[in-house]
Amino acid sequence: MLENVRLAFQGIWSHKMRSFLTMLGIIIGIAAIISIVSTIQGTNNALRDRLVGSGNNTVKVNLSSGGMDITIYDSSSIPEGVPMVSEETLAKIQSLSNVSSVTAYNTRFVSDGVFYKSSSLTEFNIHGIDANFFKTLDYRVKSGRTFLRDDYTNFRKVLIIDQTASANLFRGENPIGQTVDINKQPFTVVGVVYQVSSYTPNIQNLDDYYTNSDNSNGLFFVPKASWPIIFNYDEPENVIIKASSTDDMTNAGTATASILNSTFSNASDNVVYQAQDLLGIVKQQQELSNTTNMQLIWIAGISLLVGGIGVMNIMLVSVTERTSEIGLKKAIGARKGVILGQFLTEAAVLTSMGGLLGVGAGIAMSQLIHRFSGIPVAINIPAAVVAVLFSMAIGIVFGLLPSVKASNLDPIEALRRE
Amino acid sequence: MILKLDHIYKDYNTGKLVVPVLHDVSLHVEEGEYVAIMGPSGSGKSTLMNIIGCLDRPTSGSYELNGENVLNKDDRSMAEIRLRNLGFVFQNFQLLPKQSALENVALPLVYAGVRRRERQRRAAEALTSVGLQDRMNFQPSQLSGGQKQRVAIARAMVNKPRLLLADEPTGALDSHSSIELMKLFQRLNDDGVTIVMITHSPDIAAYARRTCDIFDGVISERRSGHINAAQRAEKEAEEEAERALARMRQASRRREQTGGLA
Ligand SMILES: Nc1ncnc2c1ncn2[C@@H]1O[C@H](COP(=O)(O)OP(=O)(O)OP(=O)(O)O)[C@@H](O)[C@H]1O
Ligand SMILES: [Mg+2]
Repeated sequence: MLENVRLAFQGIWSHKMRSFLTMLGIIIGIAAIISIVSTIQGTNNALRDRLVGSGNNTVKVNLSSGGMDITIYDSSSIPEGVPMVSEETLAKIQSLSNVSSVTAYNTRFVSDGVFYKSSSLTEFNIHGIDANFFKTLDYRVKSGRTFLRDDYTNFRKVLIIDQTASANLFRGENPIGQTVDINKQPFTVVGVVYQVSSYTPNIQNLDDYYTNSDNSNGLFFVPKASWPIIFNYDEPENVIIKASSTDDMTNAGTATASILNSTFSNASDNVVYQAQDLLGIVKQQQELSNTTNMQLIWIAGISLLVGGIGVMNIMLVSVTERTSEIGLKKAIGARKGVILGQFLTEAAVLTSMGGLLGVGAGIAMSQLIHRFSGIPVAINIPAAVVAVLFSMAIGIVFGLLPSVKASNLDPIEALRRE
Repeated sequence: MILKLDHIYKDYNTGKLVVPVLHDVSLHVEEGEYVAIMGPSGSGKSTLMNIIGCLDRPTSGSYELNGENVLNKDDRSMAEIRLRNLGFVFQNFQLLPKQSALENVALPLVYAGVRRRERQRRAAEALTSVGLQDRMNFQPSQLSGGQKQRVAIARAMVNKPRLLLADEPTGALDSHSSIELMKLFQRLNDDGVTIVMITHSPDIAAYARRTCDIFDGVISERRSGHINAAQRAEKEAEEEAERALARMRQASRRREQTGGLA
């Protein structure tokens, strides 16, 4: 076997030009496939990073009804029969192996009733948060400070805003220390925060819009304890978890939702907790782009077929040329199978080399595509390995006919020829 | 008895025409014999040799090699017999052009499944025994005809077969190389290898202990063909003297020519 491979290399090397031309079809086909796969992979990775957020891995587990998230904007839109999330439940979620942190928070969409001096803020979200919120969502302090332990427990009227809200409400003024009226309750701004690894949502349809429309005109944060000061009620909460890894997001979200849903049974309007499945959305988009790319791969596959036929053609010529070599080998005792093996190995080595060169050319080509059109590319190692193995298979399939022909040569006939 | 062919008939079927080539050929060869087969071109010598060499099957007749009937064996076993029990030498050497002498000689060992190290050792040994120890890595194109034929003999003998089949081994060699080759054959025969050799040349046939003639596919034993070793030596000396004489004549002729011009 090894001897065959050595012989094959020798044969290929002694006909460099011919071998290269024979391989060309395979090289082009494989190069095309590799560069297509690389751009698919690159686009998918970019999509995933952009939509899911690199390294953030947070999953929202929101109250929803009939598949749509519930937005609370006044007391009449509060779903009934859903309790607040207990410390026990939070601990249970926290103990899931694929959850690294969890936070439960109140949230409302506020249309008006917030004033600073003469300006007002409309259409924004307000969150009543616990001490885990900023950590889970990777918020950092831009100016001022974050909430203190006392803020969370002592019903203080303190407020943290994000940069959007700061820009919309204070228009360049320093917000720290200023007083904002929320539902006629005065709250003091103690800090401005920003999110470190926020994703830029990829909004493609109305659903996506609702999913990602949190921070419309800005975000207000108050300690959860102070929530009833503004709204008079204890309200059901939404939950956000941070999964241990991007791949865990879907599972962690589903597990969290089912823990939360087990804490109540008779909510109105079939309200349940539902985990956002960003990975699922990504997958859908990837599948969409994959179907178009599959067509390209088929076209490249035809080039491989043509390449394979080229290999068969040259191998047939080679068998005719080497008739006396084959005859001699059989005469001195080479069995049929040995000759068959030799020629099959030669074909397989030839096309595998073509495959390897094709992978190299494909990588080079995808780098060029990236350089000139900016399309993200990512080299897919398993695809490269499969490509080389596939080329080898082409060699074996298309080398079969010539090899059988060689192994069936009559040694007498072969030796008689000069 | 190493070879026992009885009543061998061979016809070639070329479409409509049936060409009879061998006609009731019987040939018995004892272990250690050295047989020459002579005959005009087209008389069926190579056809017979192919049958003896298990490359071809007769139309009818029986053939025992080492007391074993080989005609009822399948192709695979025939290949095995060629590999283990027979050595082949051809008129046109049939070396693989892109491979060194050593690799050529090692080829049958590859098919016999011998390990690489051992192959090289045995191939080198075989090449040494034909006096080519300093040409092991030469390619066939870098060797003379006589050397190529010696490589071919080394290849034929590397698996240590008991029977060497040679189809016009000196056909492409000059007389000097032919004599060298015959010495080599003699040595192999002295070591106990049975040799069957086809030749056109009576001089070459004279080296064998026994000569058979084929004429139109019919074989006959030559009675007077037996030449013993002493006679053979005498003949060699005679030939050597003749060549020396020829050289002298040529030299003097050249001298005359140049003298004439001056
Ligand atoms: N495959 C074949 N088909 C038809 N006829 C054949 C075939 N092979 C050989 N012959 C015929 O058989 C006869 C004997 O051929 P063979 O090769 O045995 O002769 P030979 O004695 O070896 O001659 P030479 O001394 O020229 O080599 C020839 O007449 C040849 O035409
Ligand atoms: Mg012949």
